Amino acid sequence: MKKALTYLLLVCFALFFLMPIYVLLATGLKPLKEVGLSRMWSLPTEVSFSGFLKAFERLSPNLLNSFILVIPATLFSAIIGSINGYVLSKLKFRGSDLLFALVLFGMFIPYQSILFPMIQFLQNIGLYGSIWGLVLVHVVYGLPITTLIFRNYYSEVPTELIEAAGMDGAGIFKTYFKVLFPISLPGFVVVVIWQFTNVWNEFLFAVTVTNEPTKQPITVALVNLAGSQVVEWNVQMAGALLAALPTLIVYILLGKYFLRGLLAGSVKG
Amino acid sequence: MSNWNSFARLLRGEYEFVGLRNYLRLFEDPRFQTDLWNTFYFTLFFIAGCLALGIILAVLVDKNIKGASIFRNIYLFPMALSFVVTGAVWRWIFAPGILPNSPQGMNLLFSIFGLDIFRWKWFTSTVSFFRFNVALIPVIIAAVWQLSGYTMAMYLAGLRGISHDLIEAAEVDGATNWQIFWRIKFPILRPITLSAMIILGHISLKIFDLVYAMTGSGPNNVTDVPAIYMFETTFRANKYATGSAIAMVMLIMVAVVIIPYLGSAFKKEKVVS
Repeated sequence: MKKALTYLLLVCFALFFLMPIYVLLATGLKPLKEVGLSRMWSLPTEVSFSGFLKAFERLSPNLLNSFILVIPATLFSAIIGSINGYVLSKLKFRGSDLLFALVLFGMFIPYQSILFPMIQFLQNIGLYGSIWGLVLVHVVYGLPITTLIFRNYYSEVPTELIEAAGMDGAGIFKTYFKVLFPISLPGFVVVVIWQFTNVWNEFLFAVTVTNEPTKQPITVALVNLAGSQVVEWNVQMAGALLAALPTLIVYILLGKYFLRGLLAGSVKG
Repeated sequence: MSNWNSFARLLRGEYEFVGLRNYLRLFEDPRFQTDLWNTFYFTLFFIAGCLALGIILAVLVDKNIKGASIFRNIYLFPMALSFVVTGAVWRWIFAPGILPNSPQGMNLLFSIFGLDIFRWKWFTSTVSFFRFNVALIPVIIAAVWQLSGYTMAMYLAGLRGISHDLIEAAEVDGATNWQIFWRIKFPILRPITLSAMIILGHISLKIFDLVYAMTGSGPNNVTDVPAIYMFETTFRANKYATGSAIAMVMLIMVAVVIIPYLGSAFKKEKVVS
């Protein structure tokens, strides 16, 4: 009896969480003639991919932009974060804890408060309006969380290993590449998944740095698509699903590591 | 174009110092006052909703039953989505349609089940109580939908960390499940609650994408928040002074929440190690 009640509650909550996915799928797969407002909650009587095809046609350049943005942004922020984590956990120096605290504060700074200097800087170096400018912004903004995850990861590695390498005459970088880097794969998995998801989903930097529609990533294109009155609902919903699909697939396949990144973000040291 | 020039002038460093005038003007601005009230109520209900739902979900999923991990994954998946996607879908769900004859979204669902009395104008309503704009409710629901899984994950990590011996000892002493939860588990989860409040609070203070994609400012700014005002005044109206003043107020609000938190996190770490 008690078990039945638990399941009942679990299922009710699951329905709440899955409702938007139902709406996305049911609306996205409907042919145009069935999209009317009065049939929003009913299943499509025939499955039509025309919504998806139309959405893909409109959004495919932006999907490509998002991949061009996300891959380098993720890799660079992961690698630099890994080196930062090494330095801040193993090569403690005067003020390194304070430095780490300041880096962490970067994780919480509202994007809005750095927009002006950021745009100014990107204009000065000639990257304003380009995907590469956006890559740079995301690498920098990703560093706090990647540094945090790697610092915590490396602090479990015995310091003797590092010292032994130092005794053998290995320099800072050689120690990193010979000792830490080879055992960093689990850390990299967590960081890469986290950064991939975050950068893919980000909107404000994307809309302020890239102003030409052809250069905008998927989130900006989706808002423009959803904001237009002339685009059919099935296309909008199909577009939203396309925008969500890459991170959703990563979550379904590698949710365990996503969860670790998520919990690392709540700074438990 | 001429306004864009003023931005260019700003970038070249040609500006005059006006002291705190921009901030004073901002706090007298009715739209910004509305934004602050909206942020206050949004934060309040959003945090309360995420904490309540988060702990309920965590307790349910923590039970030793078949399929619990599937449910956990379902509750957590919105965290993998963009706020922009969430906004687009929930806008479609909560769009009120034209009442009473052609309802849409939730209102339509209510009609199907004969619950017409629950139909209302959702995020297009301009009703407010004690400066709480009820149009915020759909936005709060969408935000809780997206982030309560996160709170659940935090609580779950806490519950898993409680030693079985402790629970068993309490059971031997004849404690009921209810007593075990309130007397043992709940106090242990208290620091997690604080962490969650701070993380959620800072998200809420700077929330932008979700509201922008879902409702925008709404009629009479009923769903406006500082981040949207900042974005529109800066990039649509080219008022950079107002925009940066709002951005600084947001930074200060977030800093007030986050700096003590980071400070205490570091102190604790020092004590432990």
